[in-house]
Amino acid sequence: MDKGKFVERVLFLLALSSISSLVIITIFIFEEGLPLIMHTGLKDFIFSTHWAPTKGFFGIGAMIVSSLLVTLGAMVLGVPLGLACAIVLAEFCSERVRRLLKPTLELLAGIPSVVYGFLGVIWLVPLIRDHLGGPGLSLLAASVILGIMILPTVISISIDALTAVPDVYRDGSIALGATEWQTVRRVVLPAASSGIITAVILGMGRAIGETMAVIMVAGNAIKLPSSVLEPVRTLTSNIALELGYAAGRHREALFATGIVLFVIIMVLNLSATLIARRR
Amino acid sequence: MGFSRRSGRLLRWGSLLLLLLGFLPGLGGCKGGDQAGSHSLCIAGSTSVQPFAEKLSEVYMQQHPGMRIDVQGGGSSAGIFAAQQGAANLGASSRELVAAEKKLHEIAIAWDGIAVVVHPSNPLNNLSLEQLRQLFQGKITDWRDLGLAPHTIDLITREEGSGTREAFEHMVMGKTEFTPSALVQDSNGAVREIVAGDPYSLGYISAGLVDERVKAVAIDRVLPTRENIKKQSYKLVRRFLLVSRVPPAGECKAFVDFILSPPGQQLLEAEGLVGVK
Repeated sequence: MDKGKFVERVLFLLALSSISSLVIITIFIFEEGLPLIMHTGLKDFIFSTHWAPTKGFFGIGAMIVSSLLVTLGAMVLGVPLGLACAIVLAEFCSERVRRLLKPTLELLAGIPSVVYGFLGVIWLVPLIRDHLGGPGLSLLAASVILGIMILPTVISISIDALTAVPDVYRDGSIALGATEWQTVRRVVLPAASSGIITAVILGMGRAIGETMAVIMVAGNAIKLPSSVLEPVRTLTSNIALELGYAAGRHREALFATGIVLFVIIMVLNLSATLIARRR
Repeated sequence: MGFSRRSGRLLRWGSLLLLLLGFLPGLGGCKGGDQAGSHSLCIAGSTSVQPFAEKLSEVYMQQHPGMRIDVQGGGSSAGIFAAQQGAANLGASSRELVAAEKKLHEIAIAWDGIAVVVHPSNPLNNLSLEQLRQLFQGKITDWRDLGLAPHTIDLITREEGSGTREAFEHMVMGKTEFTPSALVQDSNGAVREIVAGDPYSLGYISAGLVDERVKAVAIDRVLPTRENIKKQSYKLVRRFLLVSRVPPAGECKAFVDFILSPPGQQLLEAEGLVGVK
């Protein structure tokens, strides 16, 4: 066996191991979580909002809704900001500015989530409490922090999508008398739309999966929020908060929470892949 | 030539494999547990006991060079489980053992009160046990109901499974459930941090961790002072336990003896707990 073949095989094995870890994780969480879903029934598990695991109530309805609301809030904040930023960086600014700004934005992605959470607790939460009311730890705080956290994802994928639009489109549009903004709005953005949608969906995946920062700023109360100033508990927070102690049915319920999360994220990623492939 | 190359490669991969295998047991809990060298101990469990256990082991290690004590968190139930499994020499618990766990050997090391805390600017001084129960049942939601200026109460509880929560549930809530509207935080420190910052909040933490940034409220006119906890005239008192699968022996016994000795107990008192001796 020559050296090239050998290296090839080793690399192949390593590649397999990363895929097999995905398979193992999938099998594991389903094996641990499914018995509980069977026990309580899928409908009760997903739609009931009564969560008292040590007393035998396993309803994660409020958390599913909270997770979706927090994600929606993050989108409302993060997508316009991120998209605007991407358009400026890809279309309007000089090469020098871009070289400075893009790495700076990518640094955002490198900040650990606990730091975002800490900043949220120290700065954002008192701000909300003092000026808007409520306990501060809230749906709003979690949405703002997540909105900032998804910026790097949204921006960098959107920039890639925008720069992939061939220059002839822009030249043609300008030649027909359109202004630069008209060109961006009517030609470049539609041409890059599938890439931008992918960016949004991946940003959503990032938001719905984020745990640490959300635990720190969301307040983690188990009921359905009636305003953005009320505390919420997301699916990820629920797992992370309680797994350390859980045993028996309670533990299974947390794995079942993981299944729901897994399915949501799979659907998001799959639709991102499909949309990206449509082009 | 070919043979030596192959055996060299075998050696390299073999040692890598060994290295990986060597890491595996280290992944969960303390390394080695029971069978670890006689000069190291592992304590795992309650996050309420953890800071005190850390302090004790720090002093003990200074007095006994060469001795290593690992203190880990994870929660009372996790600590008891680790002790049952032998993954830790001693499990730390801030709640009483339930029937199924009674086989373990338990050593009470200190009394701790659970203090109900509010922001220092809050004029509230006293709550009855009944009022406290109604607060956490969600029947009292406004400070007006307690005779103060109207404002929603930001109620803070601990996460399901926490020893402090279980003790509080046992002593205050009885069979009733916590209101789902309460904020949930995952440590005494996090609860204290919120109460220190939010003038309208109310939470409960280990009395040993009350500092000047928060104010402890009297329960049925009794403040959670050291004397009141020792006399047990304060209602919300629990024991801090160390549990082990077998009665402590050797290094483990020496450490337990140190905790129960006057210097050890004084150390706990200095940190805000109330000694058992």
